[in-house]
Amino acid sequence: MSSTSAHPGDAAPSLVIRGGRIVDATGERSGDVLVVDGRIAEVGPDLSGDVVVDADGAIVAPGLVDLHTHLRQPGREEAETVETGGRAAALGGYTAVLAMPNTTPTIDSAGVVREVLALGRSAPVDVHTTGAITVGREGEQLAPMAEMAELGVRIFTDDGTGVQDDRLMRRALEYASGLGATLAQHCEVTSLSEGTCMHEGEWSSRLGLPGQPAEAEELMVMRDIALARMTGAKVHFQHLSTAGSVAMVAGARSAGLAVTAEAAPHHFTLTDASCAGYDATFKVHPPLRSDGDVAAIAAGLGDGTIDAIATDHAPHTPETKELPFDQAPPGMLGLEYALALAFTELVDRTAVMRESDVLAAMSWRPAAIAGLGDHGGPVAVGRAANLVVIDAAARWSIDSSGGASRSRNVPYVGREVRGRVLHTVCGGELVVSDGEATR
Amino acid sequence: MNGNLLSTSDLDREGIDEILEVADRMAEINSRRIPRVPALRGRTVVSLFFEDSTRTRISFETAAKRLSADVMGFSVGTSSVKKGESVRDTIETIEAMGVDAIVVRHGSSGVPEMVARWARSAVVNAGDGWHSHPTQALLDAYTIRARFGSLEGLRIGIVGDVLHSRVARSDIEVFTELGARVTLVAPPTLLPPSLEPWEVSVSHDLDEVLPDLDVCYLLRMQRERMTEALIPSLREYTALYGLTARRLANMEPTAVVMHPGPMNRGVEIADEVAESPRALVTDQVANGVAVRMAVLYLLLGPGRDALGPVVELAEEAT
Repeated sequence: MSSTSAHPGDAAPSLVIRGGRIVDATGERSGDVLVVDGRIAEVGPDLSGDVVVDADGAIVAPGLVDLHTHLRQPGREEAETVETGGRAAALGGYTAVLAMPNTTPTIDSAGVVREVLALGRSAPVDVHTTGAITVGREGEQLAPMAEMAELGVRIFTDDGTGVQDDRLMRRALEYASGLGATLAQHCEVTSLSEGTCMHEGEWSSRLGLPGQPAEAEELMVMRDIALARMTGAKVHFQHLSTAGSVAMVAGARSAGLAVTAEAAPHHFTLTDASCAGYDATFKVHPPLRSDGDVAAIAAGLGDGTIDAIATDHAPHTPETKELPFDQAPPGMLGLEYALALAFTELVDRTAVMRESDVLAAMSWRPAAIAGLGDHGGPVAVGRAANLVVIDAAARWSIDSSGGASRSRNVPYVGREVRGRVLHTVCGGELVVSDGEATR
Repeated sequence: MNGNLLSTSDLDREGIDEILEVADRMAEINSRRIPRVPALRGRTVVSLFFEDSTRTRISFETAAKRLSADVMGFSVGTSSVKKGESVRDTIETIEAMGVDAIVVRHGSSGVPEMVARWARSAVVNAGDGWHSHPTQALLDAYTIRARFGSLEGLRIGIVGDVLHSRVARSDIEVFTELGARVTLVAPPTLLPPSLEPWEVSVSHDLDEVLPDLDVCYLLRMQRERMTEALIPSLREYTALYGLTARRLANMEPTAVVMHPGPMNRGVEIADEVAESPRALVTDQVANGVAVRMAVLYLLLGPGRDALGPVVELAEEAT
């Protein structure tokens, strides 16, 4: 992503973000940020530029990075496109997203990677893509990881499903480590989860819905920790949802293994009790879990066991979400709500994090996991100008519109939250100004 | 019932008692030479069965007709699902024709609740997934009450595949609400993963429980459960949980046997037991019509206060 001037040869107008409190991995300080030609040219007091962005009293931070976005393109453009999902990301404060490969066709070859990257060039944020671990995400044959890695793919995943076969997963880890790539796992043992549509427990029993036990996730976390130990390869655990998973990842970390983990906003915000009205908006994989699991996810984020907050933004059309609960597709929107939910749930309600910790989990730590050197800061001279300006005091109520997404599967309707994105600067371009997308 | 009957968990004791009392009046109508009153004349009831169930459907349609409602059967089957019509479109189509109540059966839990969100007419749940089957539980309670006078303090065993049973969930809720003490008798694989939602006790030993029961309620055992690794074989299930003549002999002489039908004779219930006067299965079916008449009347009729004069109306000339 880069902003281009209207007249080739002219310099793009310079941009100054004025009056903010700069928060990045190096700490906090006050100051203006001057952006020239897509890069940070100066940080200090009383700067001026062609365009002035007011950040008085607001947080100025490196742009957010989402490790887990379903952009649905190619194949399910009625639910989301790279353009609409990219706009939702910009409005949510993101400057980079990592597209998941469960599209149609699957992102499992250089050709499809090129197509997604090409679509991404017109999006308002940097669109990176993951690649599938196995051909067609079918769990049988390794996908050509090297040819995708050559195009910049750094993370491979069969997201939507986990790699079930132990031997194949071992080989995939070994092969990927030779490419310097990371494998990310959607942990779910299908023989325990097949046919289920919510968390197994008191609520699934009451509602008469087939439940997925926490162990469906935990058994695969356990196996992949063993394989990480065996192969020395890097494993990233996607959308952890259970207390048991958090405990195992903590153990693997203290044993020095190269494991990282993410959690989704809905898993620290909502419980399985939300399914009581059979509204499939609340259906997601892994499912919304118990109170104890929700508390464990928050605690895991608080103590750093879980590195990153990743949205698992998963658009689905209203027609498909109006199917009976057991037939509707799993997934919920997240890009425009994640930051406010993190401030509200993790800083205010459970007090396991400070605002700067939330930014770490949403910007520089995921940027490091994905190997995105231009993202995640620090806010320093010479760095790419990927920035977000946040009014941390703003309180707002989430509505059912779905924002910029083509879909409206929002499970947070009516929820009061704190923290609003004022401006997003991606590659030096003001892609969100005063809370409105500029394109 | 708040305009709908969606789940037994919405019913309190007072609401259940009211339905059962009205059902008594309906049973009286059903005993007449011409069992038909004009209480719901001009009202239209649609039976919308996404899942086949001839018994329940006929029971509801008979109930509606005895109250002089117009009855429409909306055939869904699998064909319109294949054609891609959504439940919501189906509901909107039906409502456009002008109906007063929708009786809905669906293989997925929660569909009646969804229908109620979209429909203006009254919605009656005729069974959804593993979740609820309120009129079955009400007719079961009616049948037990008719035999014992009250459910208060009765000891009721519900035997078999509780996990997959909407009848079991609804019976538990209605029976315990009316003061009965419920014991679930099943192998652990056929129980819901959590029993936290209900006040019930559990046993895995039918022979131990039987002598203490007033009512032994047998659930239908689906043959496919073997392939899901829930039981080793029907033979072993029957050996442990089937109600045989020998086991019946260990029950109190006043104790009764119930089953929601259709029965798997020789599996959960032996032929001799099914034929025994202690089995109330045909009473359950007969009472089903009266209870469903009561439910439709309370949802669509002129109101409880008007009940007296309405049901005491003379039989219709035919």
